[in-house]
Amino acid sequence: MFDDFFVRALIAGLGIALVTGPLGCFVVWRRLSYFGDTLAHSALLGVTMAYTLDLNIAISVFLISSVIALILIQLQKKTNLPGDALLGLLAHSSLAVGLVVIGFLTFIRFDIMGLLFGDILAVTTDDLLIIWTGGVLILLVLKLIWKPLFASTVNYELAEAEGLNPDRAKAIFTILMAAVIAISIKMVGLLLITGMLIIPAAMARNISDSPQKMVIFSIIGGLLSVVLGLYSSLEFNTSSGPSIIAASLVLFILSLFKIKQSIKLKN
Amino acid sequence: MSSENSTLVKLNNAGFKQNDKWLVEGVSLTVEKGKIVTLIGPNGSGKSTTAKIALGIYKNIEGSVEKYTNKVGYVPQKISIDWTLPLRVYDFMLLTENIKDEAIDEALTLTGVIHLKNKNLGNLSGGEFQRVLIARAISKKPELLVLDEPVQGVDYTGEIALYELIKRISDSLNCGILLISHDLHTVMTATDHVVCLNGHVCCSGTPMDVAKNNEYKTLFGEQASQILSVYEHKHDHVHSDKGEIKKN
Repeated sequence: MFDDFFVRALIAGLGIALVTGPLGCFVVWRRLSYFGDTLAHSALLGVTMAYTLDLNIAISVFLISSVIALILIQLQKKTNLPGDALLGLLAHSSLAVGLVVIGFLTFIRFDIMGLLFGDILAVTTDDLLIIWTGGVLILLVLKLIWKPLFASTVNYELAEAEGLNPDRAKAIFTILMAAVIAISIKMVGLLLITGMLIIPAAMARNISDSPQKMVIFSIIGGLLSVVLGLYSSLEFNTSSGPSIIAASLVLFILSLFKIKQSIKLKN
Repeated sequence: MSSENSTLVKLNNAGFKQNDKWLVEGVSLTVEKGKIVTLIGPNGSGKSTTAKIALGIYKNIEGSVEKYTNKVGYVPQKISIDWTLPLRVYDFMLLTENIKDEAIDEALTLTGVIHLKNKNLGNLSGGEFQRVLIARAISKKPELLVLDEPVQGVDYTGEIALYELIKRISDSLNCGILLISHDLHTVMTATDHVVCLNGHVCCSGTPMDVAKNNEYKTLFGEQASQILSVYEHKHDHVHSDKGEIKKN
């Protein structure tokens, strides 16, 4: 069954959507979309490191993204630059350095388009293993830190005052972000991973009135986007990443009708 | 009178500096089980800062804090909640601890907002939200309650009822309360110990002691003597068991 590239892509995509659903909600709630982008851009550096040192791509991307996240936290403490400037600085410089390094690695033929936008042909059985074990681990850890993370997302001081240790939860969440990017880079591509995190969550926000519902709808939205996106990718011979994201956009647009209705009901 | 194990939180000469400016310094106070300690003082006198020191929100402080409980309920003065979150009153009640439904209903009933249980938090009025904040803090059955201007935005009758509720909670849960108010008048009867702040401890003692204190009078001007008269007025009679009024 796993011999068919399309089945592999589908199973990989569904695994990714299960993880990006809940994580994406936190990205939206905590306003971290540019942070996600920065980590994703730095993933290119991780990919080049994987090729140079002959490492697994997911592991290498995870390491580099974690390092970039740590550097960001240090820069935030040590400089007076605003957060968005620091994010831009790290995102673009790590992307640039990654591309420069690729230029030097003439002995390897890179599929740049595949890296940027995802490639369903590239998903191997090993990747499936990484996506699903990594994904299950990410979800388990997220479940463990849910309470302090959510409470500090609502109000940091309440969480701190009532003994939930929000700083630790935040640090762990940052690592989870690096991990989700690492497992989804092959499928969605580094330019579009943040879309996978944000768009289903944004769609879910439009149709939810509680945090739990938003997480569930975000997962469902992600799963539907993967199925719709991959089938159209096969049908129209388009890259897998853009097809999945475009499908999630369609779902988002549909969810806007629900907002209109609830506003009408209130009036 | 105070045994060591009834102490919930103790500040020893505590202070906090931000950008080289002291927000508050040299505060020593103790909150014990079943007691209500009230912090009063003008705006910017360091009341909220003192509360945050006691709660451990501020880390790099001068002096020291000894905290003997982790069961804490906190009603902050300012709370900015981001409405990108879909959050009902019910979800908010479960924010820091998983509480049984009965306890949630009980707390919301006590503060008079049970009808808002499934409403979105963003649609509440200021006073309603304040009542939800108090309900959330008490539903945890904490050992230490820190209430920073808990009745702001609540109508006058509600204000008195809520202070009575706070007093009742202190008695029934035997929890210690650190209460912040800018108005000694309204909290007078519900307080065991008053600390008057103005960047430092300007005076402290029973409500009567503080109201009579000269430094307090300079700080609050005319209002101070008014409070005293109101307070004394309140005590010109006692109630018998049957509720009859007896003049002193």
